[in-house]
Amino acid sequence: MNITFSSFREISEAIKTKKVSAVEVTKHFLDRIQLLDTKLNSFITLNENAIQQAQNIDDQIKAGDVLGPLAGIPFGIKDMLCTKNLRTTAGSKILENFIPPYDSTVVKKLKNSGAVILGKLNQDEFAMGSSNETSFFGPVKNPWNPEYVPGGSSGGSAAAQAARLVAGTIGTDTGGSIRQPASFCGVVGVKPTYGRVSRYGIIAYASSLDQAGPMTSNVEDAALALEMICGHDPMDGTSSQKVIPRWSADLKADVKGLRIGILEEALKSGLDSDVEKTVQNSIEAFKKMGAEIIPISLSLIEYSIPVYYLIAASEASSNLARYDGVRFGFRAEMQETATSLDDFYSITRGQGFGSESKRRIMIGTFCLSSGYHEEYYVKACKVRRLIKNQYDEAYKKCDIILSPVAATPAFKLGDRISNPLAMYLNDLYTTSANLAGLPSISIPFGLSKNRLPIGIQLTAQAFEEQKLLNAGFALEKASIIGKEKPYVI
Amino acid sequence: MSDIKVDFKAVQHIAKLSRLAINEQQAQEYTNQLNQILGLFDKISNLSTEGIEPLVTPTEIEIFWREDIAENNYSSEEMVANAPSQQGSLFKVPPVV
Repeated sequence: MNITFSSFREISEAIKTKKVSAVEVTKHFLDRIQLLDTKLNSFITLNENAIQQAQNIDDQIKAGDVLGPLAGIPFGIKDMLCTKNLRTTAGSKILENFIPPYDSTVVKKLKNSGAVILGKLNQDEFAMGSSNETSFFGPVKNPWNPEYVPGGSSGGSAAAQAARLVAGTIGTDTGGSIRQPASFCGVVGVKPTYGRVSRYGIIAYASSLDQAGPMTSNVEDAALALEMICGHDPMDGTSSQKVIPRWSADLKADVKGLRIGILEEALKSGLDSDVEKTVQNSIEAFKKMGAEIIPISLSLIEYSIPVYYLIAASEASSNLARYDGVRFGFRAEMQETATSLDDFYSITRGQGFGSESKRRIMIGTFCLSSGYHEEYYVKACKVRRLIKNQYDEAYKKCDIILSPVAATPAFKLGDRISNPLAMYLNDLYTTSANLAGLPSISIPFGLSKNRLPIGIQLTAQAFEEQKLLNAGFALEKASIIGKEKPYVI
Repeated sequence: MSDIKVDFKAVQHIAKLSRLAINEQQAQEYTNQLNQILGLFDKISNLSTEGIEPLVTPTEIEIFWREDIAENNYSSEEMVANAPSQQGSLFKVPPVV
């Protein structure tokens, strides 16, 4: 059995039927991390208890216990999600030594379904970034070419998954942070409907936009992992009570008669030629499989960047107020003589946060401040509703909206980091799904001339994950990426 | 809204409100960047939003209630374990005025 390239179902079956032990599987991936991650920097912290967790799975199998569908599957977790007794940094100096006393609901659910936690994955600081270059723990390299970024903010998750240092990963997506790195690294990434996945224990960035989701090697794995982490949680006031369907069991690659809406604005916007070709090829693939192709317009999509950054920064400025150097996290060296309370906070926060986090805290503070609140924050929330209304209209004509994930494949390390505005514009096609709360997936589909992966984004109506996964499953079968491998492998 | 721009002094004030100590060079850099970003935000000022209610939670979430019952899930030692400085089960801070 080739463990590296096996699906969740294959690995878990092999473990349950004792063809391979969970400990062997965990050791296999830990060896890969040891061997390859010096080139990628995708992990921030390894879980010293991983082998013990795997041993427990083996013991339970020996005892004849019934185990969950992810029994013995090794996962890497983005460092935004709290893991009990395992350091959780959010990619920030201010949380460099933070060891949570509890598991986030997502991690708890993964463990309950049998998953083994290998460690915590690198990311942009507080998930603020599109290239993984704002991490306090250094940039992550793209496994397809080390001179290129893996995307962000879940860059560590995407890179580790693409290089198969893990069997599966979890990322978080506030404005594209799962889908864009998935596209740049050639893996599947799902952002679920807002409310599907509990945010309890996920370090808060922008609470009305944040959702966690799986980043995996194929759609079937994504469907299964998603099924395991979704569900109502009384600890999150925005958690949906809707029943979680059995997405993985009901996965069908049949798209006959499915109405695929093509986002016209994207095709007119001067896409990179390789991205444009990939989009055209994906439309052809859907046509061949019997889907109906319908042009769709979302004229407000150009406003999604200002609306997104305005709302996200506003929420972030409030959420990040908790880092005060008193109860947890970094505290700047202080003289033992009396200092002012404001200085105590300001010096600690000034040293603890990186420059992108500071920039967004300041933007948000300004947009929420007296005199500007109505004109900026409230106005953005109104335009947010207009964007959602436009989606609602579009879904009267189609079932799924197809667009590029990003206008370009991965860009070079250092190329955009000094220009925040250019970096923000990367997120043109991903942010609107967060603003409207819609489920959205990135499917690896094409390769650029430079051999960098290019993903296709599919977006469905709220709570229509099955339709989304089915369309993704069909598209995946027509993809060329499965046969290609990143250089590190 | 398109006239609103922040100058160096305003940025220093925003930093103070944000409880972020930044030096003059950083304040200058942030002044340039914040103006660029606010310029981007100005794009939405021309859109008509008359009669539109602000949208905050994007999906319809059914309201649910739970009993407000105090639970004793953690010891005080666990709760102060992450503090930069602690004494017994207390958070320790330098003298502030």
